[in-house]
Amino acid sequence: MRREVPLLICFLAGVFFIMSYFVPHYRVTNISQMANQWAIIVIAFAYVLGVANIARINFHIIQKKDKDWAYKIILVSGLVFMVLLGIGWGIKEGTVFYWFFYNAYYPMQATMFSLLAFFIASAAFRAFRVRTWESALLAVTAVLVMVGRVPIGEHIWKSFPDLTEWIMNVPQLAAKRAIMIGAALGAISTGLKVLTGLERTYLGGE
Amino acid sequence: MISTELIGIWVSAVLTLLIFSFLYKDNPFYKFAEHLFVGISAGYGVALEYHNVFLPNLWRPLNDVSIPLANRLPLFLPFVFGLLLFTRFFEKISWLSRWSLALIIGIFAGIAIIGYGSGDLVLQIHANLLPIWTDKWLTSFNNLLLTVGLITSLIYFFFSKEHKGAFGATARVGIWFLMISFGASFGYTVMSRMSLLIGRVYFLLGEWLRILG
Amino acid sequence: MKDTLIKIFKALDTLDRRIIFVFIALAVIIPLEFPVNFDFSVTAPVKGFYDTIDSLPSGSKVLVSCDYDPGSMPELYPMNLSVLQQLFKKNIKVICTQLWPAGSPIAERALNQVGIEEYHKKYGEDFVNLGFKEGREVVMVSMGNSIPQTFPRDYHGNKVEEIPVMHGVTNFKDLAMIINISGGMPGTKEWVLQVQSRFHIRLASGCTAVSAPEFYPYFQSGQLVGLLGGMKGAAEYEKLVGVQGLGRRGMDAQSVSHLVVFLFIIVGNIAYFALGGKKKRLKV
Repeated sequence: MRREVPLLICFLAGVFFIMSYFVPHYRVTNISQMANQWAIIVIAFAYVLGVANIARINFHIIQKKDKDWAYKIILVSGLVFMVLLGIGWGIKEGTVFYWFFYNAYYPMQATMFSLLAFFIASAAFRAFRVRTWESALLAVTAVLVMVGRVPIGEHIWKSFPDLTEWIMNVPQLAAKRAIMIGAALGAISTGLKVLTGLERTYLGGE
Repeated sequence: MISTELIGIWVSAVLTLLIFSFLYKDNPFYKFAEHLFVGISAGYGVALEYHNVFLPNLWRPLNDVSIPLANRLPLFLPFVFGLLLFTRFFEKISWLSRWSLALIIGIFAGIAIIGYGSGDLVLQIHANLLPIWTDKWLTSFNNLLLTVGLITSLIYFFFSKEHKGAFGATARVGIWFLMISFGASFGYTVMSRMSLLIGRVYFLLGEWLRILG
Repeated sequence: MKDTLIKIFKALDTLDRRIIFVFIALAVIIPLEFPVNFDFSVTAPVKGFYDTIDSLPSGSKVLVSCDYDPGSMPELYPMNLSVLQQLFKKNIKVICTQLWPAGSPIAERALNQVGIEEYHKKYGEDFVNLGFKEGREVVMVSMGNSIPQTFPRDYHGNKVEEIPVMHGVTNFKDLAMIINISGGMPGTKEWVLQVQSRFHIRLASGCTAVSAPEFYPYFQSGQLVGLLGGMKGAAEYEKLVGVQGLGRRGMDAQSVSHLVVFLFIIVGNIAYFALGGKKKRLKV
């Protein structure tokens, strides 16, 4: 029963959502809307579960004084601090929570992502090697798109943006569409396997 | 009197430079900022879930006496399912969390089947059914290329048959279209990453040091 | 001469990546400090985005979903501001939501900056921020049935049924269009799959440049009426709306940095082939 009940819940939930698309009767819509509301609440709890797990794992590292345990104190302190600030004093503009969002969270996340600019340039120089005709095609397209999509490309050649748009709207589009269709078929088959219980990895071990 | 805004700009700038220090090499300053970021972002998310989901969608309706009890009682079910997720921390009763996971997985599987089926499969195939002969030669050429590109790329992904002979040659044409799409994606990825750096440099030079015109 | 060239190529082949980082930093700093302001043309996906909003009658209600976080702000925040500028200029009512938790304060700031400070609009009557809701595609499908049930209260805690701009808005049928500013997942793809193909409402999207190529099929098929891709898309849109924002300001730095990366690819390959095309794993 430990596996059968979840499989039944999964099947009923999924089939009901599929049915609500094909049967737009108000009784079905009302129940599906109620199920939507429940799902929103449960998914929010799932997010909190993830954070609680982060706290638990890092707390164990601090207890055992494992590698980088001092940094984990900073991690857990930041986590607890933001939770208490947000729940205790609110999250609106003007609160301390909001101040920490704009002056700590925002700059750090933005900077983390901006590091990628340096690494992509380094990768372009050190690893982008044209060894075959296919990789040459990739490189030529990359260069045409990179230069054509910026204003300087239009100054080098007036029709550069038109060439870039043609690449994006025709050959590039055809391949992306093929990937999209293939991925859609895969997603549908995986969804059906999950609903019918053929795919059970989400249940974990016994 | 130093304003909180000025303090905020300096805090933002210092944290930005701590993260940028990684470019020289991994160091304790970067590790400090990295761990602080992970902690703050996780805590931020919890506070948002509390104010934007837990209170308005669950707690307040449950305690709102103006709503009939019969309409409020069903809300106990998602509350219980949500709490069941936390049984994962207790080995003996962790199997109960599968019920909540199954509900989430089932809903998303159902949504995915409909979404991908209608949006990505049917409508995309329909959009590629284009006339190869039109009164404009460029449109005819483009439509032909779109059709050939789609079919050959799809054939490339068919791995149940060995890519030999005519089938292999068709798959090879598909690879060319795929390489063009990967090249375009690389070009756009470079654009995206550079934009992110431009944003941070704009902040450091414009808002912090105030040396931009 | 040949030995000198071989020495140079060997040095390039083993160049410390921090030198590459310095080049990239300079490629961004110098154009920002000394802008040239190259002009540029507007592409069809951006024109479609602008024209669709322009065709809406005054007083229409539009959903703007700000699904991004600080990580993609340089590309998407300029789009967000320009979208609000065009909407408020045309006296279109804005209903704002977020599907990413970090999008909430950013959207609130954009609405205050453009709606209140620039256009002197009134919260609740001209626009509303419904805030963030967890659930991704489930929230989208739920909004298709009932927006007030999905968002019983707004970002500030007010009951949605008491907000004037929400009167008469039950689901997507009561909206003129949806505009999505997307930093990833959930974002453009999910709005297309779960909302546009299910409820057949006009959908326009601004997204990061990383994701833009995969959404061109949606624009070609008509599932998207407009598409803004990355900072260049933001710059083109700012040009149409008539504002000088970070999008346009960043174009010179974008141009120079792209040329630098292009040169890196060329020089890297010249050095590689000059040294006989050795195969080795490099730390990048």
